[in-house]
Amino acid sequence: MNTLSKNRLFQRNEFWLLCLLIVLSLTVGAVNGAFWSANNLFSLFKSTIVTGIFALGVFLVIVSGGIDISFPAFAVFSFYITVKFLLSIKYTGTILLPFLMSMTFGACLGLVNALLLSSFQLAPLIVTLGTGSAVTGFLRAFVGTATLSNLPQPLIDFSRWNIYKKTLADGSIVSFSGAFLILLVLAILIHVMMKRTTLGRGIYAIGGDEVAAKRVGFNVKRLRLFVYSFTGALAGIAGIIHCSLIRLANPRDLEGAEMEVIAAVVLGGASLTGGKGSVAGTLLGVALIVLIKGSLILVGVPSDWQKVVIGLVLITATGLTAWRSRRSDEGGRA
Amino acid sequence: MSKRREGGLELRRFLGSGDSNLLQLSLITLATFILMSVLVPDTFLTVRNMRSMSFQFPELGILSLAMMLAMLTGGIDLSLVGMANLSSVICAFTFVKLMPKDLPSDQVVLFIVGVVILALTLGLLCGLINGILIATLHIPPILATLGTMQVYTGAAIVMTRGAAVIGFPEQYAFIGNGSIAGVGVPLLIFLVLLLGLALILRRTAFGMHLVLIGSNAKAARFAGIKVRRHLILTYMTGGALASIAGLIMSSRTNAAKADYGTSYILQSILVAVLGGVNPSGGRGAAVGILVAVLALQFLSSGFSMLRYSNFAKEFVWGLFLLLIMIVNYFTSGESREK
Repeated sequence: MNTLSKNRLFQRNEFWLLCLLIVLSLTVGAVNGAFWSANNLFSLFKSTIVTGIFALGVFLVIVSGGIDISFPAFAVFSFYITVKFLLSIKYTGTILLPFLMSMTFGACLGLVNALLLSSFQLAPLIVTLGTGSAVTGFLRAFVGTATLSNLPQPLIDFSRWNIYKKTLADGSIVSFSGAFLILLVLAILIHVMMKRTTLGRGIYAIGGDEVAAKRVGFNVKRLRLFVYSFTGALAGIAGIIHCSLIRLANPRDLEGAEMEVIAAVVLGGASLTGGKGSVAGTLLGVALIVLIKGSLILVGVPSDWQKVVIGLVLITATGLTAWRSRRSDEGGRA
Repeated sequence: MSKRREGGLELRRFLGSGDSNLLQLSLITLATFILMSVLVPDTFLTVRNMRSMSFQFPELGILSLAMMLAMLTGGIDLSLVGMANLSSVICAFTFVKLMPKDLPSDQVVLFIVGVVILALTLGLLCGLINGILIATLHIPPILATLGTMQVYTGAAIVMTRGAAVIGFPEQYAFIGNGSIAGVGVPLLIFLVLLLGLALILRRTAFGMHLVLIGSNAKAARFAGIKVRRHLILTYMTGGALASIAGLIMSSRTNAAKADYGTSYILQSILVAVLGGVNPSGGRGAAVGILVAVLALQFLSSGFSMLRYSNFAKEFVWGLFLLLIMIVNYFTSGESREK
């Protein structure tokens, strides 16, 4: 290994995130040995699934220079309507239809975001605030507020899908949820798309400098349509997985999830000004947030502190990112 | 745009209606009022309802003023409700833990004045933290205030463990429920703040500088404006306004909660945008806030009287926000062509 690549390794955000992740794990493990139990580790991995898929979507939007805070609303809308519909037709088929349905709902809603954004040149924050609120309000006012706990059989079967399952000597069961594979597949897919295809380059380009991207010949409007619809579709997938894993369809679910997810993506090195970020960084950011949230109790911090800790992590991470980007290129946008 | 600034009536300049936005907004508000009066005349068009509405909207109005300030500079403040709740929770604890039970009435009033000063200080402090994060550390406002929102709300949750804190002295209710000469105290507070801010924005160099920072921060810096100091002051003012809103909320409901009024964040952005504040900074009018918050209140009260659920309100607000943005797009497009 020559010095150049060594330097690059140390400059990479992902490297530091990984170090931080390892140090944190060792610390938590040292304070409470229960951290290293298969049960705890598997449940941590399980918690990354939904946050991770959301984060992949938000990563795309942020790289393209936008922001999306409507995705939890879209996720809830998609899975709730899907479940309600499947229950009404007493669906017993494969898991494919629920996933496709929820994904399509999400994609359509994402498309609405994109159309509003690009047709009227509106600020993404305001648009997604508006659509999120409208969709949540619509769902609860006109579709229903009741929590559905009798999910269709395919969704229950899906929640039981495990890659690894073992009954321990004391009778407790440890299992590794198969849904984690979906996160993995999506992550690899998006990584390849971003690094190896013109589409991905285009998304980086419009986030980095929209005018330049236009001059080079990227179709900015079409790229934006793709990004927001794709994010919506991911929200739909994350939603149906979430609903299946907790075996409840609750229309008041996932409120405030946007904070955590945006925190994870920004922690992962994506810059709000666009054009920067990586899938690996995003996943590490998610891992860090999940680790911090899941380990507070293990190290003896009451769960009341969760919000404060997440907030402090977000501020520290964004502060460091802002400081570093100012050092590397003077004159970044405030 | 410059043409409008030069000409026009003095009154119009004071109102801040540089463009047709305020007129258009006033018409929408009037239409909402008339619509609700026609739909539910027995309950909406009554003195009692007018009075109860006049107690409801000032807290949102004050938060919207704070939001307007942040948005004027091209930023946003998502931590407003967090700051409001944190300061009202700390005030509540001050009353419960520190105030002697057998304090004579006049000294209770003195104690309340002390607590109000404490709340304002807390608000300024929280705002200062926001300002430093945004102006000194250059964290994008949306992320900085997203983080501090979590911290402020979280701190209030840690203190209260999620429960409501009660035990305010009787006299404290005056801030939220009292009236002077038939006008509710919250409304008076709101109007004083509104007038003050309108004057500052229209008549002082500070106000002009804020607008300039919002429309072009770089140009403002080159023009010799101390951008950093202005931004910090803006977020501090926002914090102080939020804490005043917190005082009114806790006094009106006679309780302090860590998660009270979380929907106010969306609503205050909605009011600010409705009121003519450009989300990307540089344009806004304090009086627009008054008209916009009235529109929202009419809509909200009318909806409750029509027995729609709260969720239908959320739905309509979201649509309203989008609709207004689209309308603004077209009207500003027209003005560009002129």
